[in-house]
Amino acid sequence: MAYSDKVIDHYENPRNVGKMDADSDNVGTGMVGAPACGDVMRLQIQVSDDGIIEDAKFKTYGCGSAIASSSLLTEWVKGKTLDEAGEIKNTQIAEELALPPVKIHCSVLAEDAIKAAITDLREKRSQ
Amino acid sequence: MSLQLPIYFDYSATTPVDPRVAEAMMNCLTMAGNFGNPASRSHAFGWKAEEAVEQARQNVADYLNADAREIVWTSGATESDNLAIKGLAHFNHKRGKHIITSKIEHKAVLDTCRQLEREGYELTYLEPDNQGLIAPQQVADAIREDTTVVSLMHVNNEIGVVNDIAAIGEICRERKVFFHVDAAQSPGKLPIDVETMKIDAISLCAHKAYGPKGVGALYVRRKPRVRLEAQIHGGGHERGMRSGTLPTHQIVGMGEAFRLAKLEIDQDREHALALRDRFLAGVKDMEEVHINGSFDQRVPHNLNVSFAFVEGESLIMSLKDLAVSSGSACTSASLEPSYVLRALGLSDELAHSSLRFSFGRFTTAEEVDYAVGQVHLAVEKLRELSPLWDMHKDGIDLNSIEWAAH
Repeated sequence: MAYSDKVIDHYENPRNVGKMDADSDNVGTGMVGAPACGDVMRLQIQVSDDGIIEDAKFKTYGCGSAIASSSLLTEWVKGKTLDEAGEIKNTQIAEELALPPVKIHCSVLAEDAIKAAITDLREKRSQ
Repeated sequence: MSLQLPIYFDYSATTPVDPRVAEAMMNCLTMAGNFGNPASRSHAFGWKAEEAVEQARQNVADYLNADAREIVWTSGATESDNLAIKGLAHFNHKRGKHIITSKIEHKAVLDTCRQLEREGYELTYLEPDNQGLIAPQQVADAIREDTTVVSLMHVNNEIGVVNDIAAIGEICRERKVFFHVDAAQSPGKLPIDVETMKIDAISLCAHKAYGPKGVGALYVRRKPRVRLEAQIHGGGHERGMRSGTLPTHQIVGMGEAFRLAKLEIDQDREHALALRDRFLAGVKDMEEVHINGSFDQRVPHNLNVSFAFVEGESLIMSLKDLAVSSGSACTSASLEPSYVLRALGLSDELAHSSLRFSFGRFTTAEEVDYAVGQVHLAVEKLRELSPLWDMHKDGIDLNSIEWAAH
């Protein structure tokens, strides 16, 4: 199957690969997907006290499109507020990476991952 | 010698045509060659073509220790499977409508069986053990009064494991049930003897044994006589079992490929085995590498291997200079990994992480060494990217987590 140049670029040079301390109050972690489905994404955001995403890291088990979707997302969310990051839609990711129909679920997973990370952070801060 | 990239490691999917086979085929195409219709009885062009077709038939029969009159030409193993299973089931429907097969057959068998279910037949799908093998006793236990056909593969296409066909044949003969074997993967790798193995019908194709695509054969036993209902009508070729003008060049190609397969089986096997062992030696120092399917009861040229915590499709993307196939089916809408690996009871991570390397007549040691190096690089890179690998390294059991399936 043919991948777009952007998918290949993110796959070969993934941005922001890594792991943050999930126990930190400034870090929100979203882990979505399942090994059974062949994709698991872990997206982490480090958020300032005034709600700006200062840094983002990911690790993804999955196909090239899943890796590219999460890599792209880490680039996009940096510098955004939580509300702005929460508005990112899977269709924007799919469009940017020119994902074929069978790979749309990868972009859906990336959207789920950032939403889960935001929810995690908000729950921590509301406690 | 410099390496030509990409390198072909997918001999279980198809093989290149051996140059000697291509030469024989090319002599059956043009005006100057043997282009006649083998069914033309009224002139030398037809007679000459028929002679070539009959020689090829003899070559295929020789591989099986069969009689040439027991070989029916088809378009490939898929058609042979259809003709054998539907043909036997339909012809014997008054005796019974129960058929036995396994869960890890090729889709050509499974989809044919599904069609028979729609027609009112009852199917039993035997479950392989965790090595991918069907025990003869399972077959014996599944046979009923109304069973007419048992259809099982000789060599599994994905994992390369080999069923004990002779023992199963013995049971079927004793219980008077027709025994069909899909042997598409066997020629050139394992000998087949229809007498000692007591097989009634065998599906074969040319393109997995250095012959061309688009041609295959069905062996149909004459003594005791096995009868089946034709699936393609028109002209009554092949003793009425399969109509259609015989493609002389394709058949000559298959005949030559099978002649060479029989002649060179020992050297082909030794070559493949040496390469497989070389590959294994090269990856054995890596962590969490698993061989799928029985290691002992296996054809020499196939290695189905899982690199845990790395997804197969991304692995293939990293190994872009290696032509291998993946047990992961992330490209399909279902997101299901290989049904064969799942039937073996493999965990999802392992089933999604599998690659099939298959070696052949034209693979070199240098190519295998290159592949080993690439596999190391790709697996290390992807494990660095994998949250599952992190968790494994932190000692977290992946089964202890409640995953949200999507």
